[in-house]
Amino acid sequence: MQDFSAAFGLAFDLILSGNADLAEIVLLSLQVSLTAVLFACLIGLPLGAATAIFRFPGRGALIVLMNAMMGLPPVVVGLFLYLMLSNAGPLGPLALLYTPTAMIIAQSILVAPIVAALTRQVVADLHSEYDEQLRSFSVGRWAAVGTLLWDGRYSLMTVALAGFGRAIAEVGAVIIVGGNINHVTRVMTTTIALETSKGNLALALALGIILVGIAVAVNASVMSLRATAARAAYA
Amino acid sequence: MIRRRFLALAAALTVATGLAAPLQADDKFIIVQSTTSTLNSGLLDAILPQFTDKTGIEVRVVAVGTGQAIKNARNGDGDVLLVHAKPAEEKFVADGYGVARHDLMYNDFVIVGPKDDPAGIAGMRDILPALERIAQAAAPFASRGDDSGTHKKELRLWKDAGVDPAAASGTWYRETGSGMGATLNTAVGMNAYTMSDRATWIAFQNKGDFAIAVEGDPALFNQYGVILVNPEKHANVKAEWGQAFVDWLVSGEGQTAIAAFEVDGQQLFFPNAKEGGGS
Amino acid sequence: MPDGSHIVDLRACTPGPVREILPLEARGLTYEAGGHRLIDDLSLRFEDSGLSAIIGPNGAGKSLLLRLLHGLIAPSGGEVLWRGQAADETIRLRQAMVFQRPVLLRRSVAGNLRYALRHGRNGAAGASVGSSVEAWLTRANLLHLADRPARLLSGGEQQRLALARALSRRPEVLFLDEPTASLDPTATLAIEELIGQARAEGTKVILVTHDLGQAKRLADEILFLHRGRVEARAPTEQFFSDPENDNAAAFLAGRLVF
Repeated sequence: MQDFSAAFGLAFDLILSGNADLAEIVLLSLQVSLTAVLFACLIGLPLGAATAIFRFPGRGALIVLMNAMMGLPPVVVGLFLYLMLSNAGPLGPLALLYTPTAMIIAQSILVAPIVAALTRQVVADLHSEYDEQLRSFSVGRWAAVGTLLWDGRYSLMTVALAGFGRAIAEVGAVIIVGGNINHVTRVMTTTIALETSKGNLALALALGIILVGIAVAVNASVMSLRATAARAAYA
Repeated sequence: MIRRRFLALAAALTVATGLAAPLQADDKFIIVQSTTSTLNSGLLDAILPQFTDKTGIEVRVVAVGTGQAIKNARNGDGDVLLVHAKPAEEKFVADGYGVARHDLMYNDFVIVGPKDDPAGIAGMRDILPALERIAQAAAPFASRGDDSGTHKKELRLWKDAGVDPAAASGTWYRETGSGMGATLNTAVGMNAYTMSDRATWIAFQNKGDFAIAVEGDPALFNQYGVILVNPEKHANVKAEWGQAFVDWLVSGEGQTAIAAFEVDGQQLFFPNAKEGGGS
Repeated sequence: MPDGSHIVDLRACTPGPVREILPLEARGLTYEAGGHRLIDDLSLRFEDSGLSAIIGPNGAGKSLLLRLLHGLIAPSGGEVLWRGQAADETIRLRQAMVFQRPVLLRRSVAGNLRYALRHGRNGAAGASVGSSVEAWLTRANLLHLADRPARLLSGGEQQRLALARALSRRPEVLFLDEPTASLDPTATLAIEELIGQARAEGTKVILVTHDLGQAKRLADEILFLHRGRVEARAPTEQFFSDPENDNAAAFLAGRLVF
């Protein structure tokens, strides 16, 4: 198909020409998804660590729920959030619909279960190794949560990256609650959806190539940081 | 040392994400719930800057199917509704959700299909016999199937033609449940006829060997209307700015801007507002 | 031994002589798992100084006993008393344990010590932690590795760090579970020197070991554990010359004891 070669050519042209619209869209994508990952980590890291360490009633159900919610369909999250944020909905007065904030909330909901479930795994493994030693140190349970999160930080970076991957690639939720408004809530994925619907398949694919490139760049920079800083802590 | 680098990364992320906040700062804007045809064709991108330059009011467009646009507007998630399904629009106003409906502009629908024309309808002018032929030939037909203005129009035409396409759903009659552009992509992909508004079709970039098969029947007329969402139903509606936008669209200036919009040398929308008069 | 370029206040790593939790006593201590009685109605008492070595065949329950005494696991029956009182969380702040396979945190060598000190008895902050870290690294001959990730050290270095980390908390009682099991003689010697110093400074050491030579070299008394019971207990010299117990004698003679 000629669309492929056209797409690669177009992708390079777009990048090299320093297209201002593209830069705006890319920047908004990064801002929305990185912020969502940040919030998801604020929720998911302690939640995952707590379910790894503490035994409490309903823990099993919570773990099943967290694991199941890793597969939440974005469009369902978008719809749910739309009904909440709509002016006819309970949170309408906040006037968040069709704003980047709404998109951040949507992606946070999508990413938090991933961060929580994977964090639980990482922390549980570390906990089984550290448990006796930390109890020998007479370190309290809550202090142990902090210790395990800190010592698991390099594995948890990968967890955050998995969350980022889901956020940056997601379109179903942000197109509903963001509305794909030009210069306001238009991000990479909604632009790709729009250009596809216009039949601009080459342009859509070019944007897709750039999106993949951004995802690779973010992953590479985090992983290289992890490699240089932590190569050893894991021996 | 490791700790320091880690903290530096965290700080960098925080700074990067902190930049998201200012994007919500501009406050003089309205939200227009509209259809994909007005956005995908490029019309709104072409005319909105003129309005914004004049009034300082930014127009944020949410482009979805007419059915969804009307539902969103009923929920108060928009200040102005710009769609093309006159009966539904009139019901919207009658139910008290809209202030008044104004004819804005029109174009027409066309049936597009593959070059080999399996139903033998190319060049026909009358839409009803053409639809009958498609049904008789059981030639694939891609329907929006999404309760959009185009979909509603299409269903009315099938009914007038005495064909019940629902009975053939999943065989030759295929409902994509998607927007116009996605449905055109699908139709091209499976060599199916489909009905599109002319504007979207002309601006569409993935035509393949498809061409217009049927056009010109007055029954294919496609009227767009514009409505201010009723601030008495939803106090958040920015009535003053929304009304300014409606007034501008139906004014001589707005109508001229619509008429001036062309793709490939073709005018896509034909203004027909009666200035000052609702319907 | 220490790097001469550093001036270190060794007093910073001298365990205090204050006795607050000894003697340590087990009364009717029992531990059952899977229908087996692994520690069997054990009663014993440790006085407040010296090094007691616990020896015995595999499966005798040596490591289990250590964990029960340290309070890492709860007994099925009986109790562990510290100066006549049941243990609470704070009691363990006055004890320390080194495991056969050291559990080092994913931090630097110095970071491991800092962590132990910060979560120690005094929760010491700032400058005093810093000088203690340096003193203990010097003592364990690890100062040149202070910034290295702990888990990259050799086996001997790792165990030296684990031991220094335990001692930095100035424990009154130090539990050692086969601390040199997988080390070569040079590394073993370094560990034994650290253990000897701790003992000399007044820390009560309870050592589980497979190595009879090590028991001979370090211990003031020997406890022979077999099937969850202490079958013989005597001062080191006396134990090795006359164990006064058939199983212990067989064990010393290198025969398998069932």
